[in-house]
Amino acid sequence: MTETLPMPSLRLVPKSDDLLSAKDFKSDQEVRWCPGCGDYAILSAVQGFLPELGLKRENIVFVSGIGCSSRFPYYMNTYGMHSIHGRAPAIATGLAVSRPDLSVWVVTGDGDSLSIGGNHLIHALRRNVNLKILLFNNRIYGLTKGQYSPTSEQGKITKSTPQGSLDYAFNPVSLALGAEATFVARTIDSDRKHLTEVLRAAAAHEGTALVEIYQNCNIFNDGAWEPLKDSDVRDDNLIRLSHGEPIRFGKDNEKGVIRTSDGHIKIVHVDEVGEESIIRHDAHAKDPGLAFALSRLANPRTLTNSPIGIFRDIERPSYDRLVREQVEAVVASQGSGDLQALLTGGDTWTVS
Amino acid sequence: MSKQVVQVNRVVIRFAGDSGDGMQLTGDRFTSETGGLGNDLSTLPDFPAEIRAPAGTVPGVSAFQLAFADHDITTPGDAPNVLVAMNPAALKANIRDLPRGADLIVNTDEFTKRALEKVGFTANPLEDGTLDPYNVHAVALTSQTVAALKSFDITKKEAERAKNMYALGLLSWLYSRGAEGTRRFLEKKFASKPEILAANLAAFEAGWSFGETTESFSVQYEIAPAHLPEGTYRNISGNPALAAGLIAASRVSGLPLFLGSYPITPASDILHELSKHKEFGVVTFQAEDEIAGVGAALGASYGGALGVTTTSGPGVALKSEAIGLAVSLELPLVIVDVQRGGPSTGLPTKTEQSDLLQAMFGRNGESPVPIIAPQSPSDCFFAAIEASRIAIEYRTPVILLSDGYLANGSEPWLIPDVSTLPTIDPDFATTTNHEAADGTKEFWPYLRDPETLARPWAVPGTPGLEHRIGGLEKADGIGSISYDADNHDRMVRLRQAKVEAIARSFGPLEVDDPSGEARVLVLGWGSTYGPIGAACEITRRTGALVAQAHLRHLNPFPSNLGEVLRAYDKVLVPEMNLGQLSLLLRAKYLVDVVGVNQVRGMPFKSTELVDAIIATIESL
Ligand code: SF4
Repeated sequence: MTETLPMPSLRLVPKSDDLLSAKDFKSDQEVRWCPGCGDYAILSAVQGFLPELGLKRENIVFVSGIGCSSRFPYYMNTYGMHSIHGRAPAIATGLAVSRPDLSVWVVTGDGDSLSIGGNHLIHALRRNVNLKILLFNNRIYGLTKGQYSPTSEQGKITKSTPQGSLDYAFNPVSLALGAEATFVARTIDSDRKHLTEVLRAAAAHEGTALVEIYQNCNIFNDGAWEPLKDSDVRDDNLIRLSHGEPIRFGKDNEKGVIRTSDGHIKIVHVDEVGEESIIRHDAHAKDPGLAFALSRLANPRTLTNSPIGIFRDIERPSYDRLVREQVEAVVASQGSGDLQALLTGGDTWTVS
Repeated sequence: MSKQVVQVNRVVIRFAGDSGDGMQLTGDRFTSETGGLGNDLSTLPDFPAEIRAPAGTVPGVSAFQLAFADHDITTPGDAPNVLVAMNPAALKANIRDLPRGADLIVNTDEFTKRALEKVGFTANPLEDGTLDPYNVHAVALTSQTVAALKSFDITKKEAERAKNMYALGLLSWLYSRGAEGTRRFLEKKFASKPEILAANLAAFEAGWSFGETTESFSVQYEIAPAHLPEGTYRNISGNPALAAGLIAASRVSGLPLFLGSYPITPASDILHELSKHKEFGVVTFQAEDEIAGVGAALGASYGGALGVTTTSGPGVALKSEAIGLAVSLELPLVIVDVQRGGPSTGLPTKTEQSDLLQAMFGRNGESPVPIIAPQSPSDCFFAAIEASRIAIEYRTPVILLSDGYLANGSEPWLIPDVSTLPTIDPDFATTTNHEAADGTKEFWPYLRDPETLARPWAVPGTPGLEHRIGGLEKADGIGSISYDADNHDRMVRLRQAKVEAIARSFGPLEVDDPSGEARVLVLGWGSTYGPIGAACEITRRTGALVAQAHLRHLNPFPSNLGEVLRAYDKVLVPEMNLGQLSLLLRAKYLVDVVGVNQVRGMPFKSTELVDAIIATIESL
C-alpha cells in the first residue's frame, strides 16, 4: 500500500483489497479533448493519484456538468455521470447525502460552476457536503467555441464580445471563501506535483473541497496562465502557500507578504522588513480573513502575485454526516418507523 | 329549553372569516368530530395566498367548506346550507353562494361602520333587508365570547381570539357534534398555556350553551352515520396522504426515501410532513432552488434511493431540464406536481388542472414521461405508490399530478392494512450481462429487459459494473456515447416504446354504467372524480342514462381507452383547464370529445356538470 492518509472524509468508503494503478482508472473510451488541452494533464494526474487512496474503485463516482471539462467522467473507469449544465453539485449532493460509502467528485469548469451553476456551487460550499469539486478554470467557453466566461478578464475580445467584454470577473477562491467553504485551494494543470498534493489534501478533507485548477485551453484562450507556467517568469509571479510557512516567493525567495498597520496585507522585499515580519500561512485559521486577503493579491490581468496552494482547510462537520446523525438519532429514540401506525394516525373511528 | 330535533341526511357548512380568525382550524376540528360520528364527509379549504392579507378585506377572507352526510358523498357540496360569516368581508365574499332560505350566522360585533365601508357596503346589510331571503342568526360572537371569559386571567385580545371556539361550540350544538376530540386537541395545542386552554374550552362550552338556550335557533339537527364499509377510518387530506404513500413505497421497495424539494404552495406540506418522519429513514433536503431539488433527488436515485421531488407548476417548469436528464439516464424519479392556478405565479392557493400538457410535453426532444393522477385526497396515498412502482420498475421519471383541491381537501379514509400493499422490486443489477467477442464479461447499462424494455440499474458500489451514463445519446445496449443517426432514431423509439409498455402493467379502464345502455360517457381525470361522480348520480336519479370513467394513468393511457371512447355517442370531458385532456384524446383517438371547462380556482359544482350532461343527452 501507498502511505495511509488521515482521511476523515473517506472513513466510510470501503478499502480495496488489491493495489490499483493508474491504468485501472482509465476507461475504454477514447479521450476526445483537443490535442494539447490542459485537461489531459489533469486527467492523468487524477488517474495517477487515485490509487493512493486505496479505495474500492466501484465506490468512487465522478459527476460532471456540461463543458469540455465535464467529459471527464467518461474517461474514468469508476462510476460516473455526465449531467446537465451547472447542476453537478446538486446531483452530487443527493448522491453523497444518501451514500456515505462513496467518494464523490465533481468535475466542472468556470462556465459550468460560476455562470449557469453558480447557485449550486455556493450552496454546496456553505452546506459543506462531502464532495470534492475540481473546477477547471480556463477563463473561456471552450465547448461552445470561444465566448468569454465569468472568469475572463474585463475587456476580453471573444466571439460574443468583439469590442471587449464589459463584466467584471469572478475570483473563484474569493467567491468560495465568501460562500463559507471549508476547503479552498488553487493549483495548475501543468504542475503535476503540486496538483497531486492539493488533490491529496482535498480528498482527506471532510466536507466540500473546492480545487480551482488553472487549465490551459490551447484552442480558444491559449497561454491564459502563461505567466505562471513560463519557467523564466513563473517564480516571480507564483506565491506557493504552505501551511505554517512564511509566505515568501520570488526567483530568489526575496519577496514576502506582511500585514500593514491598517489591517491589509502587502508584498514587500524581505530584506527591507526582516524575516520575522513575514506572515506565516495559516490554512486552519477559523477566520477566513487572511485567506481572503491572499485571494485578492493577484493582478487578474498580469497574474503577478498569484498564490497557489491551500488557502483554507478547516474542520466543520459535513452536511451529509449531520443529516445521517439526525436520522440515526430519531431512529435510536423512536425505533424504526411503524408504517401501520403512521397510516392510522391519531384520530380514528371504527365502522362496524 | 328542549328543542325540536330534526333528522337530515346531508349538510354543507361554510366557515368564513378573516385569515386571522382561525377558520381553517375551526373547520378542521368540526371535520374531525364529524368523521368520528361516522358520517361520510368531504372538505374544501379556500384561503388567500397572503399569510396575513389586510384585515377585514375581501382578499383576506379565509373559508372552509365541509359537507357531511349519512350516505357516501364525494364532493364538499355546491352550496352551503349554513354560512358562518365572521365579518362583513366574509359575508360579501360568500353570500352569493348561499341559496335562499339557508342559515346565515353573522358575527354582528364586526359589522361596524368602518368595517362595512372597508368592503364597500354603503348600508348595513343586517338592517337594510338585503339578507331577508336568508334565515339570519345575528350573534354578537366576539362580545359574547369576551363576556364568557371575563373570569379568566387573559387579555381582551386573547379572549377575542377564542371567538372561533365559541362559533365551533355553537355549530357543534346545532349539528349534535361532541366536544371530546376538540378538548384533546386544545389540550395538546395549549399544553404550556393552561389559562388559554381553559379559556378556549370555556368559549367552546359557552357557544354550545348559547345554542341550547337562544331562541334564534329553534331546531337542532342530527345526521345519522353513513353506511361505510367496515373498518377503521381517519380523516385525511391529499398532501399527508401523498407523503404517507411515498413512505409506504419506500418500505415496499426497500429503497430509502430521499426528498429534494424547494418550498412552494400548495406542495410544501409534503416536505413538512416527510421531514417529520425520519424514523422511516427518510431524508428531506430543502434545496437552494427547484432545480437543485430535482437534481439532488436524481443523484440519490442514481445511488439507489427512491428519489422524489415535490413542487407545483412553476417548479416543474424549472425542473424540466433535469427531468429530461432522468429520461435520458433512465433512472427512477418521482416528480410530484401539486397543480395550482397558472400561468406564472397565477393563483397559488387555488386549484387547477392546467399542468397536464406541461407534464406531457414540457421538455426538449422526444421525452416521454409517465403521468399518474390521484382522484381524491386519500387516493393520493395509492397514487404515490403507483408512481413509485412505475418509476422503479421501468427506470423512468414519473410525474404525479395532484392539485390544490386534493392537497388541502379531506375525506374519511378506510385505513389500509399495510400487509396488503403491493411490493416493488428494484431488481438491481449485480452481475455482468454481456459477453464480448473475446469472451470478456461486460456490463451494458442500456441492454434492456425484453419484456419491460427497462434497462439494468447498477448502483455505485457494485463491483465490476462500473459504467458512465449521461445526457448525451447512448449507443443501444452498450451505452457509450453515440452520435450515430440510426442509433438515435432507434433509442428515441425505444424510450417511447418503454413508456407505452407500462400500459401492460395496469388494468383496463373501467366504466361505471349501471344500466349498460348509456350513450353519453363522462370521462375525467384527477380531482374532478368527486364532482363528476356526484353529477352522474344526480343525473341517473332523474332517469337519464350516463356512464362515468376516470383516468388514473394519463401516460400511457389504459390500452382499452380508444375502444371505450368509441363505444359512446358522446364523450364529455370536464377539466379545470381549457381542454388539455380533450386535446390529447382527440389527437390520439380521433374522437370528437366535448370539453366542459372552467378555471375559477374551485372544483366543479356538480350542478353545472349535471346541466352539461343533461344537455348532451338531450342533444342526441
Ligand atoms: S476547446 Fe479548449 S478546453 Fe475544450 S478541449 Fe479544446 S483545448 Fe480543451
